Amino acid sequence: MANTYKLIASSTVGSGGAANITFSSIAGTYTDLLLKVSLRSGASAFNDYVLLQFNSSGGTAYSDRQLTGNGTAASSASRSGNAQMYAIASSGASNTASTFGNGEYYIPNYAGSANKSISLDAVNENNGTEAYANLSAGLWSNTAAITSIVLTNNSATNFVQYSTAYLYGIKNS
Amino acid sequence: MTDTLKAIEVNCETGEVTERPLTAEEIAQRESDAAAFAAAEAERTAAAEALAALKTSAKAKLVAGQPLTEEEAATLVI
Repeated sequence: MANTYKLIASSTVGSGGAANITFSSIAGTYTDLLLKVSLRSGASAFNDYVLLQFNSSGGTAYSDRQLTGNGTAASSASRSGNAQMYAIASSGASNTASTFGNGEYYIPNYAGSANKSISLDAVNENNGTEAYANLSAGLWSNTAAITSIVLTNNSATNFVQYSTAYLYGIKNS
Repeated sequence: MTDTLKAIEVNCETGEVTERPLTAEEIAQRESDAAAFAAAEAERTAAAEALAALKTSAKAKLVAGQPLTEEEAATLVI
């Protein structure tokens, strides 16, 4: 990893799970942010969306375009007007036991005064039948600097024990 | 297993990690979100099952030389 990456903070979910993970008081001293996650939810379905919300700001400002491949078929999704960003994906309870969805959410110019574009990629697996690879382009139509990030599950279940999230700051020099 | 309704907050300025119980408002929102997710999942599952049934029916009719409905034919068009 480039030496301009600095670990800002991390979280590992403990026994009993957690409904959400919040990174707060993010300083505006970096160029970009990178959030690396390894997550599993309590959803009974395969795969579960991770929902990202910035600065505790909901409304209708979040949109994304998603491409997915599962080894046999490709699909896409387009969402807009949401109160949170659909970030792919955490593994659900129907995915292979003890596996986690892995993802990277890259947020360039997070402290700038333009709307925030975000690239999201993630994979998760179900060893018995399939594996998912996802790539999304996200947009938060808000010009405020990002100072906090909240992660929740679309299924409104807990992140299970040993789920992790690492927030890096990146400087361009 | 009953979910433990707690939130984790990591203060990036101080490095302090706190765990707290969800507020009543957060619990209400979570229950609303869970209901919406369940409804969406039920809709998605029903649509997938309906499509699978149409494909099965279309295949059976093709083999038997019977006419397909427009919906069944649509499942065969690439």
